[in-house]
Formats: sequence, structure tokens, C-alpha cells
Amino acid sequence: MTRAMTWIGQVLLYGLFALIIGIFSTWPGYRPLAPGQAQVKVSFIHHGQRVAECRPYTAEELAKLAPNMRTPMKCQRERAPVTIEVDLDGATVYRHEAVPSGLSRDGASSVYQRLQVPAGQHRIAVRLRDKAGAGFNHTREATVTLKPAQVLVIDFDAEKGGITLS
Amino acid sequence: MSYAPALPRTAAAGWRNLEHLFDGAFGAPLNPLKHLGALAFLMLWLLAGSGIVLYVMLDTSAQGAFRSIDEFSRERFGPGSLLRGLHRYAADAFVVLTLAHLVREWVLGRFNGFRRFSWLTGVPLIPLLFVCGIVGFWLNWDRLGQFSAVATAEWLDALPFLASPLARNFLGGAVSDRLFSLFVFVHLGVPLLLVFGLWFHIQRISRAAVFPPRALALGSTSALLALALAWPVHSQGPAELRSVPQALSLDWFLLFIHPLTEATSAGAVWAAVVATIGGLFALPWLHRRVRAPVAVVDPANCNGCRRCVEDCPYAAITLAPHPNGRHGVQLAVVDPQLCASCGICVGSCPSSTPFRGAAALVTGIDMPQWPIDALRRRLAAGLAAMPGVQPTVVFGCDCGARVETLAAPGVLPLTLPCTGMLPPAFVEYALRAGAGSVLVAGCRPGACEFRLGQRWTQQRLDGAREPRLRGSVDRARWASAWADAGDEPALQAALHSMRRQPGAADPCIPAQVHA
Repeated sequence: MTRAMTWIGQVLLYGLFALIIGIFSTWPGYRPLAPGQAQVKVSFIHHGQRVAECRPYTAEELAKLAPNMRTPMKCQRERAPVTIEVDLDGATVYRHEAVPSGLSRDGASSVYQRLQVPAGQHRIAVRLRDKAGAGFNHTREATVTLKPAQVLVIDFDAEKGGITLS
Repeated sequence: MSYAPALPRTAAAGWRNLEHLFDGAFGAPLNPLKHLGALAFLMLWLLAGSGIVLYVMLDTSAQGAFRSIDEFSRERFGPGSLLRGLHRYAADAFVVLTLAHLVREWVLGRFNGFRRFSWLTGVPLIPLLFVCGIVGFWLNWDRLGQFSAVATAEWLDALPFLASPLARNFLGGAVSDRLFSLFVFVHLGVPLLLVFGLWFHIQRISRAAVFPPRALALGSTSALLALALAWPVHSQGPAELRSVPQALSLDWFLLFIHPLTEATSAGAVWAAVVATIGGLFALPWLHRRVRAPVAVVDPANCNGCRRCVEDCPYAAITLAPHPNGRHGVQLAVVDPQLCASCGICVGSCPSSTPFRGAAALVTGIDMPQWPIDALRRRLAAGLAAMPGVQPTVVFGCDCGARVETLAAPGVLPLTLPCTGMLPPAFVEYALRAGAGSVLVAGCRPGACEFRLGQRWTQQRLDGAREPRLRGSVDRARWASAWADAGDEPALQAALHSMRRQPGAADPCIPAQVHA
């Protein structure tokens, strides 16, 4: 192979290398969300209520405890799972029971779920139960208008009144 | 011993063919396919250099990061744009070159036996490389960085042991500066881990190339700079967590994992990652290499001259005080775990010269299965079997072009495990013993199975490295030919070319000199 040919070969191979890097560094394009879609993210970190109500220690129970361990109320550690249901335009699109974290099931329950919904106006109903029993003790209904690609976050914050949509 | 189907030989032959194609353009010594590891190192140095400048320019707050990088690189042909492009494209090239390096070593079967350590220490570097690269996109905190950060958090959330979802960090309007500082910490800290891992990776390789030949370094860097000029890297709009990025120019080299997760599931991608990494770790045990006997030192013939220490490609030889107790005299010591059984140390030992008068040639360091004395005997017997002619002796390598194919009247082929095992004095010895000419053959430059055998042999023959072939040996009567397995026609051509040279002995002329 002549010197000129080797130079041309090198330029071509370096060029091919750069071309491959350049092309796949940006192409093909990617759409994380289909056109005309919006996203609803259902997420919370919330401690369910204790499975058993706290009650005062009896005198006998207090006597058995070391002095530094004596507190007025006796509480079991285990917490209730947190259940959430999300309805969109009258149909349930998400239902999940989040178990408390921790070996003793005394930690927070958490959820993170993405839902894709068509952009536009929707009637959303959210129900949440954080205590033992059958009924939901937190509910929220709202009509929202979602723009394409908008993210609506459904969260739970007791300090803000419970279920939040933002 | 193999417990899994081996890669077909055609894969190795195919890779060799690709290398030969590149040999044509770059020349064998500068073939980039033979310097993939060193080129990957170059990309790391480019990333470090450009990254330091980018870090100086980066506003390390979540609100200011996008603006700072955008302003720095906005001018199309400005230094900021060039530097940013170089940083990005070097990261992509780092991935490509690292994976190509892995594939080459795999295809050529270089992952077990004495190479197991290098293989096992190389595998964890791959996930580290991806962590560095992916987090780098987040520091810009544009729409692409936002998408990657959220997708990564969601992927990590699939692990069962996280108490609360990491993806919650990306709900609401903006990430906190505290979290953004963590991104910066990861992008700076993991590359340090990578360098530390690379240090382990090359521990059992002497003269490890952490920088490619200058011509290759210049060519590769120029190609990336040209790319950065022609195709500048742009930000894709500031991150906005209240909406999903619509259309992204995705870097598929580093971020392919996100679309893959979306198309399958986080669990499936985790399974694929674990299976891939686990499979790579298990490979040395799935294909076991039959261990050849290692080099053995003879204290009576070793004076601790260091040449074998200098020439061993795998740092398997060290020096220790000589058992003879003489002050300052040392003895070569072979670490059996590191020895590749290539015999290159035998070729470097001054005691391996065949001119020594003893009936049995005992050298300072030798291979029990291929003693150097056996080579001298094979040479003598071969020459004796061709009375009345001055044959051409061809010393060849088991890994390169098969010299046995040259066997013909007047040609005496002799093979070694690696041409580097040949003490150069054998060339002169063969000529004095009656050979008309000598051809030393081996793998092409950069293709030596044992890394340095061809290089050392060439330097020894050229008189540039100890032990040297004496300059008084008639240059017209010996030649070297570097040809890989499958290159036998090239070897044949080299043999004919040498025998046609003016001054080369005619194989039909009766031998004049015998040792």
C-alpha cells in the first residue's frame, strides 16, 4: 500500500470513528412520553397509624419496667399499611397497599408510581387509608386540566391537609 | 478445560482479519485495534483534563449549573464549546474503546490462567465507567440530565432494600442544592475509584501502556476535536421537573439503559446487568486454561543480571539474594502465579547462548517443557540431516504464522512457544553451524500473544536490546518476518525474498563451516 493510500485509509478510519461517535451521541432522538400524553405520579412517604391504640400502662406493668423505661403510654410498634386508590374519570387506574418498612413493620409506607394519561381535563378521585379497617379515611376529588407532558404529583402531607395534587 | 461452549475460532480469526485491515492503513505497530486499552486510558486523561476546566466553570448549585455551562459553551467555535464537545465525545469514545478492548481480549481467549487477575479487575471498571458517564449528564441539569436522573432513580427504586423511593427527590419544582452536591461528588469521586481500579487492573502487566503511541494519541484527539467543532454539544433546555422532556437527543452510548428499562422493565434490566457482570466474572472459570509448567531458575547459572526481570511481560520475575551468599549477587525468582510460560525470559538470559561449550546447554532460566538445550539439539540434528546443502533455518512462533508450512528441502523450520524465547546468538550459531541463512519469524508487531515477544526479539536482533545479535553477523544472511497465524503466504514470500538477496547463501552450495 502506498504512503498516500495509508494516509487516506487513516483519515477515513478516524473519520468513521468520529462519525459513529457523533451520530450515536445524539441520534436517534428519544421521546420519553408519547405526544398528547401527560403524567401522573402517585407518591408518598407516610406512616400508617398504629395497629393497636396506645393505652396507659397498668401499675403492675410499670412496676416491672426499669425506672428509666417508664412512660405513661404503652404503644405497639406495628403500623397499618397505607392503601391508596386513584380514579380517573370514574375508573380506578391505580390501587396499591404499601406495607410499612422495617422488620417490625413500624416504619413509613411509601409509594412511587407513574401513570400516563391523555392530556386534557380529567376528574381525579384519590382515596387513602392509613389505619386498620375497611373505609378510607382520606379522600380528595378534583378536576384537573393537564397540558401535554405535564407532571401532576399526587402526594400525602398531613400538615397540608392530607392528599395533595400539585 | 472448558465448561462452556468456547467462542468459535472464526471469531478470533475474524478479529485478526479486522486487525490486518487496520494494519494496512496504520501499520502494525500503530494499529489502534492493538492499543485499545491505551486509547481508553487516553480518553480518561482527556476527560480528566477537560473535566477540570468544566468543573472550574460550573456553578455547583442546581439553579446555576445549567446557566453556567450554557454560557461557557454557547459560542459555537469558542474554546468552551470545543472543550465541552471534547469532554462529551471522549466519554463516548471511552465506552466504545473499553468495550472493544473487552471484546478483543475475550475473542482472543485472554481472560483465564495468568490473565485472570487482569480480567477480574477489569470487569468492575465497566459499571464504574457507566456511573461516571451517566452522572456527568446530570451536572448540566438540562432536560436530558433531568430525564436521566429521574430514570436512574426509578431504576434504582426497583431494588428491594431502599426504604423510600429515590425518585421522590425529583418531584416538585427543583432539586435541592444538597442533592446536586451529591451529583457533583459522585461525578468526581467515582472517576477516582476508576483510576484506583485501573491501577489494580495493570498491576500484573509490566510496562503497561497508559498512553498510546504519540501518533495514535494525536490522531484520536484530533478526530474528537474535529467532531466537537463540527457537531457541538448543546444543552437541551433547563430542567423542569413539572413536565416530562418531550424530545431528547439521547446519547445512546451511555444512556441506552433508560430506553431499555422503559421498553422492558427495571427488573429485567437489573437481571440483564447482573447476568452480564456475573457472566464476565465467571468466564475465567468457565474456560479454564491448562497450566503449562513455569520458568525454572538454575542458581548455578544465574548471576542476577536483571535482564529477565526487565523483559518479562507479566512482572513474574523478581530478584532475591543469591543462595551462594556472595555479597551483592542476586538470583531471579519466578512467581508461578504470574508466569505465562512464554519463555521470553529464556531469550533474555545471557547464559542461553548456544556457543557455550558444555555438552548440555544449561541456562540461568529455562522452560522445563522446552529447554533451550533441546532447541540447540534440534538445530544440530536438523542441519546434520541436510548434508551437502546450506539450508535456511526458520525460527518461528507457535502463535504466529506456522513455520512448519515452509518445510521443504533446504529449509529447516524450528518452532518456539514465542519467538521472544530465541536467544539472538542462535542466529549466528546457526550460520556458523552450516545454515546458509536464518529467518526469524513471529507475530506481527502488537499482536504478540505474550505482549512483548516480537518487540524484544526485533530489538535484540537490531542490537538495540540485550542480549544483542552481534553486529558482525552478515546482515544479508538473516532476516526477520512478522506474520500472524493465517499469514503463511507472507512468511513464504519473506523466505523467498531473503534467499534471493545478493549475498544470501545459495542453499545448494555445500556447507563450509561447522561448529
